[in-house]
Parts: sequence; C-alpha cells; structure tokens
Amino acid sequence: MATLISMPRLSPTMEEGVVAKWLKQEGDKITPGDIVAEVETDKANMDFPLEDEGYLLKLLATPGQTVKLGAPVAILGAKGEDISALLKEVATGPSEAKPAPAAVKAPEPAPVVAPAKPAAPVAQSAPAAQSAPVAQSAPVSASGSGRIFASPLARRLATEAGIDLRTLKGSGPGGRIVKRDVESAPKHAVLTAQPTTTAAPPILLPGDELQPLSMIRRTAAKRLVEAKQTVPHFYLTSEVDMEAAMTFREQLNRASQAAGGEKVSVNDMILKALARALRLVPKANMSIAPDGQHAVAHHRVDVSVAVALDDGLITPVVRGADQKSLGALAKEVRDLAARGRDKKLRPEEYTGGTFSLTNLGMYGIREFYAIINPPESGILAVGQVEKRAVVVEKDGQDHIEVRRRMTLTMSCDHRIVDGALGAQLLAKVVEGLREPMLLVL
Amino acid sequence: MPKMSFREALNQAMSEEMQRDPNVLLMGEEVGYYNGAYKVSQGMLARFGEKRVIDTPIAECGFVGIGVGAAMVGLRPIVELMTFNFSLVAIDQIINSAAKIHQMSAGQFKVPMVIRGAGGAAHQLGAQHSNSFEAVYCNTPGLKVVMPSTPADAKGLLKTSIRDDDPVVFIEAELLYGETGEVPEGEYLIPLGKGDIKRPGKDCTIVAYSKMVGLALQAAKELEKEGIDVEIVDPRTLRPLDEDLIFSSVRKTNRLVILQEATPHSSFGGEIAYRVQKHCFDDLDAPIERVASEDVPVPYALNLEAIVLPDVARVVAAVKRTLE
Repeated sequence: MATLISMPRLSPTMEEGVVAKWLKQEGDKITPGDIVAEVETDKANMDFPLEDEGYLLKLLATPGQTVKLGAPVAILGAKGEDISALLKEVATGPSEAKPAPAAVKAPEPAPVVAPAKPAAPVAQSAPAAQSAPVAQSAPVSASGSGRIFASPLARRLATEAGIDLRTLKGSGPGGRIVKRDVESAPKHAVLTAQPTTTAAPPILLPGDELQPLSMIRRTAAKRLVEAKQTVPHFYLTSEVDMEAAMTFREQLNRASQAAGGEKVSVNDMILKALARALRLVPKANMSIAPDGQHAVAHHRVDVSVAVALDDGLITPVVRGADQKSLGALAKEVRDLAARGRDKKLRPEEYTGGTFSLTNLGMYGIREFYAIINPPESGILAVGQVEKRAVVVEKDGQDHIEVRRRMTLTMSCDHRIVDGALGAQLLAKVVEGLREPMLLVL
Repeated sequence: MPKMSFREALNQAMSEEMQRDPNVLLMGEEVGYYNGAYKVSQGMLARFGEKRVIDTPIAECGFVGIGVGAAMVGLRPIVELMTFNFSLVAIDQIINSAAKIHQMSAGQFKVPMVIRGAGGAAHQLGAQHSNSFEAVYCNTPGLKVVMPSTPADAKGLLKTSIRDDDPVVFIEAELLYGETGEVPEGEYLIPLGKGDIKRPGKDCTIVAYSKMVGLALQAAKELEKEGIDVEIVDPRTLRPLDEDLIFSSVRKTNRLVILQEATPHSSFGGEIAYRVQKHCFDDLDAPIERVASEDVPVPYALNLEAIVLPDVARVVAAVKRTLE
C-alpha cells in the first residue's frame, strides 16, 4: 500500500527542513537504507534515508521547498500503484508545505511605503506615496507558515498575558499551541509582545531585496534573541601578555612540524587554557536548569568552538577538552570546523557544550562581547594578539615596552556565575597563557 | 447508612411515596404477582394491594395511555416498562400525549407520571433489546429524562420524579439492578436537573451517566496509575440538564470526554458537546472527545458485543488524546 513519507526529525531542534536535493527520482526503486534526499535542517545538511522498500511514486516537495516536520514530502508504494487518493489527501490535508518564497525584489519604479500607520513617516523621496503600491511582506511566524494553530484556551490565555502566539512553539497534535505552551512561554515572549504587534512591517525601498533566511540563520536568530533577553549577561575583560605563549607556540610548532605533527594555533592554546580553567574552577562549569530551581554541575569540560559559515555560524563541541593534548585539540578543531563549513556535522557534534569559545582575532578585532549559548554558563570572546606599548616594572623602575598582548572578554550567566567566580575563572585562563607550560602539564 | 441494591433502592422510593401519597400507583407487566420482571416491585402487591399495584396485559401503548389519562385526572401513576425497548410500542402515548398535553391544554391538564424501566445493553440481549433511547426522549420538550448511576441517586431521583408534575422518563440500566451502595434512609430527595461530581480531578472532565459512570471510574483508576487525574461529572438528569456543573468542570480541566453507551450519531453526547463549545469555547485546550457504542445495532455475539460497547481502554485512550 502506498504511504506518505514525511519530513523526518534529522536534528534534535529542527521544526522544518528544506529539501536541498533529491538523490532519488520518481519511479526509482528504494531499498531500505537508501538515501533519498539531502535535507537542510536548522543546523546542517543531513542525509534523509528511507527504511522501507518500494518505489518512489511521487515527489511532493521540490528542491528548495520548506517543509514542516511531519508534513509529507513523497509517496512510496508498489510500482504502478494508484495514488490518487493519497494525492487528494495531501491536497486537502492541513499540509503547510509551501514553496519557499523566492527573493522578492522591490518594484523599481514605485517607491514603497508602509501601510498607513499614524507614526510611520513616509519616505521623503516618495512623491507619489499616495498611489504607490505597497509591498506586503507576510510576517514570518515562528512556525514558518502564515496560519497559527492554537487551542481556543491557548489563544485566550495568550491574549490575557499579552503573549504573541507567533513566538510560541506548539507541542499539541499537529503542532497545535496548547495551554502548556503558553504557560511555559519564556518571559521575553511577554515583553516583546507589544512591539511585535505594533511594529511596522519591513519597508522595501527601491533596490532593496527581500531574501528568505537560511534555516541556520532563522534558528540562530531565534536562539540569540532568547539568549540575550533571558540570560542576565555580565562581562569581564582582561588583557593578557602573550609573549610567553607566542614564544612557546613557535617552539612547539617548530618541534612538531619537524616530527610531522599538528600545527597549534593561538586559538588552540586559548581553548586549552579555558578547558584547564573550567576544570580548576568547577563552580563556573555549571548550567541553570530549565526549572530555575536547580543547577546542573557538569563533570565534563566540553567546549563549544564557534565556527563562521557563509550563512551563519555553528558551534561544534570539543568533548573533554581538558583531557586532550594541544596537538589533539588542534587536530580535532580543524576537523570539526571543516566539516561544520561543509554542513556535515552530526547533531550530537554541535550540541551539549558546557562553555563556549569565540575568536575574531583573525579579523583584527581587539575585543568584543559575545552572547552566551544557553544553557552554557558563559562564553570567552578572544581578540587579536597585537603589539602594544605596556608599562613594565623592572628593578623598581617603570619602563614602556612593546609586547604582544591580547584582550579576553568573558560573558557570564549571572544566574549561575557571580562576578568573583567569573573573575576567578578568567584569571585561570590568563594564568595558563602567561605560563604556557601549565598547558602541557 | 444502610447498603442496598439498586433495585431495593427503587423499591424503597416507590414504597415510601405510595405510603406518603394515596394517589401514587404502580402499573405494568408482571409488577404484581410476579414481583416485577427484575424484582423491583418485590413485595409491593402484598403491601399495597391490587388497586395500587396493577398487572397489565402485554400492551404498552394501552397501559401507558391509561397512565396518561390517570395522571390527567389527578393520580400519580408509575408505569413500569419491562424494558425501554418496548417503549417504542408506546412512543405515541409518551411523545404525543404525555409530553404535550400540558402545553396543548394551555395548562389545564398536568401529566404527573413516571415511565420507568430497564434500558441499555446487558449481556447478549441482541440488537432489539439493547437499545439506548435517551436521545429520543431528551429531544422531546415536555418530558423530563432521568438516568441514575447509583442506588442512592436512584432512590432520591425516583422520589422526586414521582412528586414532579411533569411526565418523567426514568431509565434504569439493567446491569445496575444488582449493584449495591449506601442509600440514605427515609426522606431522601435529589432535585431534578442537578448533577453530581462522582470523582473530583483536575486534568480532564469525563461526562458520564447511568452505568457509564462505573466505566468512567474504572478508567480513572487506570489513568491515575499514569498520573492523570480525571474529574467525573454525572448529570443524573439529562433533561433538564445541569449544564453549569459541566461548564465549571470543563473550565477547570480545559478538556472534555463524553462517555455514553448510546450510538454516536445525533446522540445526547452531541448536545453536551454543542453546549460546551458554545459556552466554554475559550476554555478548551483540546477538541472534545466522545466515547460511544460503535455506530451499528448491538450484536448478539459476545465477542462482537464487547467490541461495540464502550470499554475502559477506549475511555483511557480518549482522555489521553485530549492531553496530547
């Protein structure tokens, strides 16, 4: 009997996926384990295997199309089987699979203005504002489709609490938003409800282009908003003298290369210093539990390392980083970063870190303030190593010397890490870099 | 409080009312010398005599019509139907006479009668003797419809029904006759149109009546093992309906399962679903579920009968669907 094949959960957090490419075509025979498509999830491009046998009778999703989790993407059955009933079901069912909107270009000749809003100033350069067509970009809801499914009770509770239903994820049948979803809505949903409902829609001026966000970008946007609005960040900055570390690295790489080993980067050393610090200050290596009543003590040091992608970023996790040698860390980070850029990481490779490391030094950034990746307790932001004039005391005299220095900024979740604790952790990182021999102990 | 069977409670209610009011009488097939087909009228002939406990021929249309006439001229007849399956033979008297005369006579005549008897499926009675007709009578303005689930409710509601000035259709689940429970002694009256919470709970409301209350309680025990706490609302009187009790329960639990033995189409449960969606729309967190008999005549075969009638597993599954 022909069956509908639906969008599978290929990453633990995906709510929808984009069919990047069909690897099997209509009419192809499928044997269990065959990869039928490549699917872009919120994190990576994943293989979509089928465990059933049969013939691929119909592809319901076109490449590039966004399909909600559980919505049909194809029909599998016996050769030549009549699938008209299934096709009808797909056509009339509550399928929300809609082709992803292609980039929408603003109409060239006509200036575009927001729909009448008392306070929205009309672009001064728009002489024909009154008769100009208005670009109505549909608000992109959290679920990715225009219609929101919510129980009547959930709607009422959300209205009473001033929560925007579009910010919620439904856990009921078919993704319906039910009471528990409203009750467990993060506080920020309440706080942002007003601006969301009154905010003017995006304005496309001539030449502007509306582009669909990649899944990675959409997920990151949502997570970052949540992180920045729900996690009380505070920041600690420290300047580190990198002379010893740089000298040490040069020696290490000279020896390592001669022996055919890994080249260690500055970032690898900082990763090692951070991992060592987290092991020495275990109180900072904790997370706040979702109930707000517990802390989770991590007896593991798993560091998420931010890797920039063309269309977002990904944070592969280096497990047990405190237990690994500099060479092993260097090798692992390089492998994870390469596979992250190719979107070939498995979900378990980019989830479950306990602390993050992010480095913009290679872009000449001196210092910056990073956003925590919940539920981790903090993130270390690394600036570039540069020569700075510093005051050095020698023989009771102050001298100005040119030394290689670097600025580290640690963002901490104040719910779990207090200022003094954070300072202790950062001091241990600095210690490891000042005395790099500690990193090979 | 003394414990007694459902049939004893009914007997007590009728006997007390006949003792109290000389206008009350009982008539029907085998109610006298045979002491009742289901022994509900045990000993009543001996106690009250042939003038007040009257054996009738097997002619429901005739003796229900006699009951209507007797009620119109001032008596308070209790007409026992051996089972409500046979009420079909008397349905013209019930719907067109008993229910309508008060209105058609502009209030000159009242019809204070009780039409009572066994209803619903029992074990392997076959399609024609397993009917649940409450929806038919609930759909008739002018009638009151009562379906008790416990001996105590049976007594309190039957006494009130006998005293009521309108015709009351009083349906007793055949399988409940032998069920025992504590019953208050003496003057125990339960007003018509007042429901009862048979089990308080917070997660989901089950509306059930007559013997389905017992099924709901069994399901509640199963669900309790999984930490699901259901509230069981027994309306007891289906018409007039204690809708406020149902509404307040749904407003508390936000979920509703309707449990009925009757087949689903155009049934009493549909009326409850309508009223709840109308008045509690913004309180519902899940679609209303209904557990009913399958939409077929009740089969004779034991295995098929078991499939058709509601059971614990179906109630448990329906409650869980509301909690998905």
